[in-house]
Amino acid sequence: MADTAPAVKNVKDNRARLFERAMSRQGYAPDALIEVLHTAQELFGFLSTDRLREVSRKLRLPPSRVLGVATFYNFFSLQPKAEHTALVCTGTACYVAGAKGLLDAAQRRCQQAEARGRSGKLGIQQARCIGSCGLAPLVVLDGRILPKLSVEALEQQLDEVGA
Amino acid sequence: MGLNPDDLQDRAEAERERAGKFRERLHVCTAASCQAIGSWQLEAGLQARAKAAGQQVEVCGTGCMGMCSKGPLVRRQSDGALFLQVTPDDAPALVEGTPSAGLEKRKVSFETHPFFAGQLRIVLENAGRVDPERIDSYVAAGGYAALARALTQMKPVDVVAEVTRSGLRGRGGAGYPTGVKWQLVAKQQSDVKYVVCNADEGDPGAFMDRSVLEGDPHRVLEGMAIAAYGVGARHGYIYVRGEYGLAITRLQTAIRQAEKEGLLGSRILDTTFDFSVQIRIGAGAFVCGEETALIASIEGKRGEPRPRPPYPPEKGLWGKPTLINNVETFANIPPIIVRGAEWFAGIGTERSKGTKVFAVAGKTELTGLIEVPMGTPVRRIVEMAGGIAAGGKVKAIQTGGPSGGCVPEALLDVPVDYESLVALGSMMGSGGLIVMDEGTSMVDVARYFMEFCRDESCGKCVPCRAGTVQMHLLLQKFCGGEATEADLALLQALADLLRSTSLCGLGQSAPNPVMTALRYFPEEFAARMRKEPPRP
Repeated sequence: MADTAPAVKNVKDNRARLFERAMSRQGYAPDALIEVLHTAQELFGFLSTDRLREVSRKLRLPPSRVLGVATFYNFFSLQPKAEHTALVCTGTACYVAGAKGLLDAAQRRCQQAEARGRSGKLGIQQARCIGSCGLAPLVVLDGRILPKLSVEALEQQLDEVGA
Repeated sequence: MGLNPDDLQDRAEAERERAGKFRERLHVCTAASCQAIGSWQLEAGLQARAKAAGQQVEVCGTGCMGMCSKGPLVRRQSDGALFLQVTPDDAPALVEGTPSAGLEKRKVSFETHPFFAGQLRIVLENAGRVDPERIDSYVAAGGYAALARALTQMKPVDVVAEVTRSGLRGRGGAGYPTGVKWQLVAKQQSDVKYVVCNADEGDPGAFMDRSVLEGDPHRVLEGMAIAAYGVGARHGYIYVRGEYGLAITRLQTAIRQAEKEGLLGSRILDTTFDFSVQIRIGAGAFVCGEETALIASIEGKRGEPRPRPPYPPEKGLWGKPTLINNVETFANIPPIIVRGAEWFAGIGTERSKGTKVFAVAGKTELTGLIEVPMGTPVRRIVEMAGGIAAGGKVKAIQTGGPSGGCVPEALLDVPVDYESLVALGSMMGSGGLIVMDEGTSMVDVARYFMEFCRDESCGKCVPCRAGTVQMHLLLQKFCGGEATEADLALLQALADLLRSTSLCGLGQSAPNPVMTALRYFPEEFAARMRKEPPRP
């Protein structure tokens, strides 16, 4: 899958250069694999097969090892990201405060969108606990924490961003 | 050229003098939880207001003050008042002292409010006093004095002996004596040793380590440096959860500042001691809190545990002797060195010394951090958090996350120490304490934790990989009201199997939440065993 298309036209895409620099800063050390994958995902949004091959070549690691690590950790995604991301915290405090309802509501929204042929609009992730239990239950929508959330409030927020 | 011990004192005095020029000081909580509800803008607003009012009031950020559910919090230095749910509209009242009835209603005492009155703050002592982004602020509060004392007045063996005598035990959950662990590493003959800080706080509902890293990062670095001096290491790693973005940023800032001042790096405080620290960011795997999995992850591999022995003090990171301690353990070290082992050993119970920070969450009136001496009854902690919101009744509390268990209301007078909680089938864990009310189904909670362990099992050993799946399926049968006596027997047999044959702590302790729920709430499981007739 190609992941090199620039987000905005006529803007020079220097992500490849930034990525190279990040690897070189680590001295292309094989044990920096996780750091390098973090950087790749930050820059490109996800880890494409080509990207993993490149990492394996540059860090002199077998491709199996790179894929093994990339699939082991929950943070790394081998699929392109959706336009909006709703991260539902399902830690214990959020769970007893009703995170299941929020998760169901978000998933319902996703299925409805897909039924209308608009997949890729909203991606749902689950967090084990983001450690802000005083704000439970919470959802992180596109990096913004929505504290003490009800299902209605979540739906309203999703409407607002058009997800 | 870095600081020497005398410079350190001068620096502290200069900072205190600078701070003394202000009429008033406002500490705004800038931990992740308060930031999420606007403390960032609040701090900027207060700062602008203070500037306009002629710089008589200093506005600075500070670490988590504990009462997270009532944030954003602001603490006033002069009288120790803590203001809750502060908005930018409160700026005139806070900065210029304009009377405001609304703000008065949201004012509590940082010392005498029931939430704070029973607390004894050692690990959190700098919360509300120190700005985590300024090293001078930490130094003025006595920071790095412990490191200076250790390096100039103590031999490494004295440092280890001091920690051993203090009776400090690992705050990551299992409670292994810290001094003994340090001795094990110290006696290894090796030219390379490592010190690792385990900041992979994975238990859901636990956020003490996040708060300490965000609120007092230098304290952790100082503790690590003292440990490195004691055991003879020159390099350290902090393994932080990827979810804790702010903690990572604050640590990076703190490391940079400490290196600049010669408090990390080579020739620390003008002595011959060298120590550098690197951050490693986790990538979302609960099992990496297990020490051998954490080591594999630092080495850039899949976070899979390996059999022990050899234990990390003998063969750890890259096969070298490695000391691994938790964030809170390291944060306890500087006060032990400054105030002495006897002082620390005087706090707590016979076998559990010092204090423990609990992250209290769930159905309580207040959610946040509470640091109490070991031996405090659990009931007291729940009361400090205001009991159940809206006057409900406590049904049970849960400690230790997916590795711990629940304690029913009737047993809440149990003192918090390592042995007492284990005797009840639970464990201290890293310090998450979830309070559940009558509306919570214990069968459902047991299923929730088993689902967690099933998802987080690394898959290396069969009992854990397959056992958690089967146990989860059985619990689902209970939730669906389709379970039979045979299922109950099978659930218990599987629990025994996982406990005795899993490779690491994850699998060995995965049955704990189910077993404690079965032990204390058997009637709930029984009720789910017969099919309830459909309601008319």
